[in-house]
Amino acid sequence: MTQNLNAVMLDPTAENQPEQRPLCDRPATLQGLTVGLLDISKPRGNVFLDHLETLLSDQGAEVRRYVKPTFAKPAPVDLRHEIATSCHAVIEALAD
Amino acid sequence: MQARRIEVATLEDPMEALFDRGWTDGLPVVPPTEARVLRMLEGTTRSPQDVVAVVPPDLAECTVEKAAINAVMAGCLPEYFPVVLTALEAICTDQFNMHGVLATTMSVGPIFVVNGPITERIGMNSGVNVLGHGYRANSTIGRAVQLIVRNLGGGAPGGIDRATLGHMGKQGFCFAEAPSAWTSLAQEEGFTAQQNTVTAFAGEGPRLLFDQQSRSPESLVRMLADGLRSTVSSRMVMGIDAMLVLSPEHLSRFVDAGWDRSRFLTELSELLVIDADDIIVGAHGIDEGIPTGFAGLQLPKFRPDGLLVVHAGGAAGLFSAIIGGWVNGNTGSDPVTKEIQL
Repeated sequence: MTQNLNAVMLDPTAENQPEQRPLCDRPATLQGLTVGLLDISKPRGNVFLDHLETLLSDQGAEVRRYVKPTFAKPAPVDLRHEIATSCHAVIEALAD
Repeated sequence: MQARRIEVATLEDPMEALFDRGWTDGLPVVPPTEARVLRMLEGTTRSPQDVVAVVPPDLAECTVEKAAINAVMAGCLPEYFPVVLTALEAICTDQFNMHGVLATTMSVGPIFVVNGPITERIGMNSGVNVLGHGYRANSTIGRAVQLIVRNLGGGAPGGIDRATLGHMGKQGFCFAEAPSAWTSLAQEEGFTAQQNTVTAFAGEGPRLLFDQQSRSPESLVRMLADGLRSTVSSRMVMGIDAMLVLSPEHLSRFVDAGWDRSRFLTELSELLVIDADDIIVGAHGIDEGIPTGFAGLQLPKFRPDGLLVVHAGGAAGLFSAIIGGWVNGNTGSDPVTKEIQL
């Protein structure tokens, strides 16, 4: 057999080795927890989140509302940091 | 070179090995061997470990070497490589917002228009079938950039790429503007005819604008305006840009009558004023539309400078093409033009 001229290739990826993080434990109750609701600025996302706020409040959660400046870009780092440091859980809403 | 080496077993087919690892766009790629990547690196004076861009969605740093690996896979020749690097830089900006262009459910992808002497030097097509296939530089430059977004940035269809429909131009959409009596797209952005540039535009697939009977500029501009009104959606104004590709025969209708680009755009924009009453929510029994608060207003179809005019195409044929864009401005994507560093 002829030698395989393509035998060694170079990796086209970023060769990332992401840190593996386990999911947080599911809270047994929402009583007393702070839940962030992130509106990504799509039309009618607020309608869905208004319903969620009512449901979550009824279960004893403190709800905080956040809004992304635009649905077309990732949430700014400052916003992500604020949510991560002031909420126990977050729900992100996509709607049209 | 610092990239990880991947050894393929003697009896393994390298082409299949690349498919198996998810490193292709669905078509075969050229196996990126050391020899081929070294040859690609000769196409630039930049150091292999220079970081070209931070590529979304994973925000991974792309070195010249990693770009070269993907350019080999796309089928590029080394002389195309500076165009690939500049195109990559253009899309990896806040202004272009490649993350959003990738992640949107709309059917858009990066489209590259190349201007300057380099187009002829590397054999780019600006003529017959310019928006189609069959020319190596056109077919592989955009493909290389898309492979980098996929392989290095982590943006694969079905993953972060959420396009409902997509279009075949996402395989790689790159073409050269043909010289004409008008100023070029790059000159409109402040570059000279001797500068080599790439313009990145987030766009859908091209749609034909057919007019074989207009002989006067007044008639043809009306017909073009008629077609442009429904770009992306007849109910959408100002929020989306578009690229109009004027063919040589259509352009000659205007040039022969003494119209320059500026006059053409002025006449066209006057014809592209939309009566808001026709496109508000509920108008003509259609729920899609702009808010009713706009009722009674006259609105432009495109924002100022929102229509990019490019000249390209075969010498014969009375057709032009419209390439609709995506959400524009700070909330979406703006076109980016950059000079190519050789």
